[in-house]
Amino acid sequence: MYPFTYHQPDSARKAASVAGKAEDAKFLAGGMTLLPTMKQRLASPANLIDLAKCDDMRGIEIKGRSVTIGAMTRHVDVANSKELQEAIPALADLAGMIGDPAVRNRGTIGGSLANNDPAADYPAAALALGATIVTNKRKIEAEDYFTGLFETALEEGEVITKITFPIPAKAGYEKFRNPASRYAIVGVFVAKKGSEVRVAVTGAGSGGVFRATKIEAALTAKFSSKSLEGVKMPAEGLNSDIHADAEYRAHLITVMAKRATDKAK
Amino acid sequence: MSETGIGASVRRKEDFRFITGNGHYTDDINRPGQAHAVFVRSPHAHATIKKIDVVAALKMPGVLAIYTGDDLAADKIGGLICGWMIHSKDGSPMKAGAHPALAQGKVRYVGDHVAVVIADTYAQAREAAEKVVVDYGVLPAVVDMEAAVKKGAPVVHDVASDNTVYNWHLGDKAATEAAFAKAKHVTKLDIVNNRLVPNAMEPRAAVGDYDFGSDCFTLYTTSQNPHVARLVLSAFIGIAPEHKLRVIAPDVGGGFGSKIFIYAEETICVWAAKKVGRPVKWTADRTEAFLSDAHGRDHITHAEMALDDKGKILGLRVNTKANLGAYLSTFSSSVPTYLYAPLLSGQYNIPAIYCEVDGIYTTTAPVDAYRGAGRPEATFVIERLMEVAARETGVDPAQFRRKNFVTSFPHQTPVIMCYDAGNYNAALEKALEMADYKNVGKRKRESAKKGLLRGVGISAYIEACGIAPSAAVGSLGAGVGLWESAEVRVNPIGTVEVLTGSHSHGQGHETTFAQLVSSRLGISIDNVSIVHGDTDKVQMGMGTYGSRSGAVGMSAIVKALDKIEAKAKKVAAYVLEASDKDIEFKDGKFSVKGTDKSIDFPSVALQAYIAHKFSGQELEPGLKESAFWDPTNFTFPAGVHICELEVDPQTGVTRIDRWTAVDDFGEVINPMIVEGQVHGGIAQGIGQAMHEGAIYNKDGQLLTASYMDYTMPRADDVPSYNVGMTQTRCPSNPLGIKGCGEAGAIAAPPAVINALTDAVGHENVAMPATPIAVWRAAQKAITRQAAE
Amino acid sequence: MPVVSMTVNGKAVSADVDSRTLLVQYLRENLRLTGTHVGCDTSQCGACVVHVNGDALKSCTALAVALEGADVVTIEGLAKDGKLHPMQEAFRENHGLQCGFCTPGMIMSAVDIVNRKGNKLEEKLIREELEGNICRCTGYHNIVKAIAAGAEGMAGQ
Repeated sequence: MYPFTYHQPDSARKAASVAGKAEDAKFLAGGMTLLPTMKQRLASPANLIDLAKCDDMRGIEIKGRSVTIGAMTRHVDVANSKELQEAIPALADLAGMIGDPAVRNRGTIGGSLANNDPAADYPAAALALGATIVTNKRKIEAEDYFTGLFETALEEGEVITKITFPIPAKAGYEKFRNPASRYAIVGVFVAKKGSEVRVAVTGAGSGGVFRATKIEAALTAKFSSKSLEGVKMPAEGLNSDIHADAEYRAHLITVMAKRATDKAK
Repeated sequence: MSETGIGASVRRKEDFRFITGNGHYTDDINRPGQAHAVFVRSPHAHATIKKIDVVAALKMPGVLAIYTGDDLAADKIGGLICGWMIHSKDGSPMKAGAHPALAQGKVRYVGDHVAVVIADTYAQAREAAEKVVVDYGVLPAVVDMEAAVKKGAPVVHDVASDNTVYNWHLGDKAATEAAFAKAKHVTKLDIVNNRLVPNAMEPRAAVGDYDFGSDCFTLYTTSQNPHVARLVLSAFIGIAPEHKLRVIAPDVGGGFGSKIFIYAEETICVWAAKKVGRPVKWTADRTEAFLSDAHGRDHITHAEMALDDKGKILGLRVNTKANLGAYLSTFSSSVPTYLYAPLLSGQYNIPAIYCEVDGIYTTTAPVDAYRGAGRPEATFVIERLMEVAARETGVDPAQFRRKNFVTSFPHQTPVIMCYDAGNYNAALEKALEMADYKNVGKRKRESAKKGLLRGVGISAYIEACGIAPSAAVGSLGAGVGLWESAEVRVNPIGTVEVLTGSHSHGQGHETTFAQLVSSRLGISIDNVSIVHGDTDKVQMGMGTYGSRSGAVGMSAIVKALDKIEAKAKKVAAYVLEASDKDIEFKDGKFSVKGTDKSIDFPSVALQAYIAHKFSGQELEPGLKESAFWDPTNFTFPAGVHICELEVDPQTGVTRIDRWTAVDDFGEVINPMIVEGQVHGGIAQGIGQAMHEGAIYNKDGQLLTASYMDYTMPRADDVPSYNVGMTQTRCPSNPLGIKGCGEAGAIAAPPAVINALTDAVGHENVAMPATPIAVWRAAQKAITRQAAE
Repeated sequence: MPVVSMTVNGKAVSADVDSRTLLVQYLRENLRLTGTHVGCDTSQCGACVVHVNGDALKSCTALAVALEGADVVTIEGLAKDGKLHPMQEAFRENHGLQCGFCTPGMIMSAVDIVNRKGNKLEEKLIREELEGNICRCTGYHNIVKAIAAGAEGMAGQ
């Protein structure tokens, strides 16, 4: 790692204030991506603003037809939340599938969304559920939030404080793991709300998370995995690497979508 | 059998320190005043070094020194060596390019050592290393073996203008051609044996130390064979003469072959310790391990098997290209030659075999022995051929093997080896029974109902272990003898230290060797300690690899114990006032035949040292004996593994449902430890078959340089293993041991691939059979079946 | 350089460290607790797992400075009053280790699994829960057995 100055503010407001003053600053959430990146000397922020003590950025709250999760809420807490398991079981399920137990004990939802790794799980949930990303400055709809690989609508010094998810009628998540890293090669989040079905795919797209409109159309006609028989996703725009080429990813999207639909509740 | 004697599953003596965090691995060792080394490595697969500018780096905080290949040359430090001479068909010696520990003029793979930066702290050394400016003249890489031997290919070493280290062969070509000429059926197969990275969990590390007062060097290093390291560092590299160089291999966190070799990093650490006047430490990070540990396997093979009209094998011909990487590593030349082709006869009666092997240079990391070394490659060739030939001729694969098994011993194969003992049928029958082979069809139908494809695959392997008779390997080109040494020191109160030239890095020698001593001398296992891994304590040894420590290392201990017993009998005779011919030794007691006079072992030990009962002229005081054991033959562990698996044709995901292993390791000292060795070997074999593969792109960049991209088998990738044994004693060593360390890694890959091909309608699946590869094969099978 | 204080294996400790210092470096280099190992650079092998405030975490992926005041337990702190922890006993009894390098992290993860999942553990669950711990020697068979046995042993605690 290159040297940096470490900050540990105790509230979201203070964190934003430090970020406003510090040159070349990065927020540290769980650190599950940022710290390895810094260790490999691929990132070298001059200032590191650790959000671990920002207690106002933690917690899960269910109000009316939506769930709000503090940005610093760990994957383990999302996975184990009884309320969330009732409200949006697919989201709790997804959190329990991220990384390994030690990673889930540190990694946070806000960190994952801010990083927007194209193989991360949360972006699929945020996009499919139509989440709202709340920052210290504004509210950003998921549709507008994910702008590319590791790219988001977040501006310099802007920090995610919480995320609000509308509660769907039914949702399910299934992923196909990279055999080596265990990140998603293809992750498909299927959500049905009223007559609308939204399907978001992570891991596969060369531009990051995206909505699979072809699958959405089929499931909107009838919300059943049978509706997806013969639905072929195009391979264009999908990633190819040593573990999976675009054609295989395209195929897996349909398979994972079927399985997510079968799991949906 | 006592609770701690031979044959008992004694819990390991070494475990206490490991489960409490008190192991001492090389990186745990810190010497006073220690500095840290970081290597500047080549980012290019192939380039000339025009200039190395260290001016800015030397000014960085904490930097003590920066050395390059020129400094090594100025100090007349020799290059790294390959210790096994292979001759080509035409009699010419192999073409070994120079291998300096720091590059001289040219780099030949990504990760090649260009310079070393030594600083007060690791962080300082790493920062300064980034400031070393190297002006490279980038040359085209050559990664692919077929491309490397084409005319006009980039030349890796000038001594081998066609990038060919040797064109070697073994067997009788004319007899083999004749066998094929009369064949009723010929099975042909193209095989890739995928390149692997050993990945012992402990990365390599070294601490070099130099004492000005005595002009002595000490090297702490992650080695499977510290004495060989000292020999090479002294006699060939020229660090210091052996009596001035101590090599210590403390607790070592796994080796699997990769820690046999003498690498640049430990050479530099020990050399630089004197130059900077401070101890110098280096520990690899995982990416460095991927880039610079010697890799394993990497063969391309075309193989053919000739059968007669009764399904008997007539002959085998094999043509292999073996990737040896950019330099010849310590034993690399022997792996695809003498550790490979002599095993091509498998467990079968094959009248004629001819094998050709071309060793090829490429601009990739050196390739050397990895668990099994040559024998997994041979087993994969023969066991895939057996499977395909059985299918092609419509015979059950188990029956096809039965028909061709060697059934009488000794059996001289056409490729050097003389199998001394075995019962291949017994292992097969037992494995079939344990695997419930007869009901596979039923289970296949049950899987089909769930939309899954079930397959079963057999692998009947043989390996040559207990390497090796020194004269025999000498005649084949080995630069060293492969005996082992032991010294048994009995202390005055009857406790025993055994000094062995073997090295334990997970195998549990501190327990199994103690079991031998305990049962032989009738003393508690707690009163025996095993000393290894330090050249100042153990005079000489050849180390641990090739499943040799039981068969060779323990045989040396037996020989030393024989001498201890003989001497102790003489001492007892004086004490008991009898003739030593009348002394019997049993259950830890010396007694005079036909009397009730006796004395126990500790008392004899005491008498040997106080020496009151005999004069020094008649008998030397003390009780300490040493021995060297040189085996008379290889040992031939063999067995049958059966893999049964289910494929999800929708995703290509494969789940191994059952694993059955039946092995014949001869006599077994500690079944618990032996089974553990089998388990670990199988997991590595499954890793090769389904998960692991080192991939270079065309520019010679390693795409799989971390656990993000190189798939290590994890707990949920492998099944529980059902392990059984059969037993035929090995006739060539006193304990009847054959060796067990590599069996699983040798047996497993063809078992998996045979099962997979069975599952997907006999479509060929290459290793590693990753989900995408299996999915494609399953799609092909479905399309073909639809067409049919 | 900031002074970082924490409780490690029940003892109050503190050291001046660079803010870049990872918890594993703090443990190994500052405190000389070398039982916690480093086997990779990408937070995957799990040789470095320790407990922080009761949770398993990878000490290679946490800054020491961020853990000011934390309660840390390493492999060296698992045995109490000279008596091995039931999970340590189970690893020895079931031959759940060979070279011993991954073992400290395995045992710390195993204890954490039991803390979260209870004392009756199915093989499948243990294998899934071990996703973040890589072993190259044992083929996992005896580790899985050891964890199931250790979990039962911990019930008596």
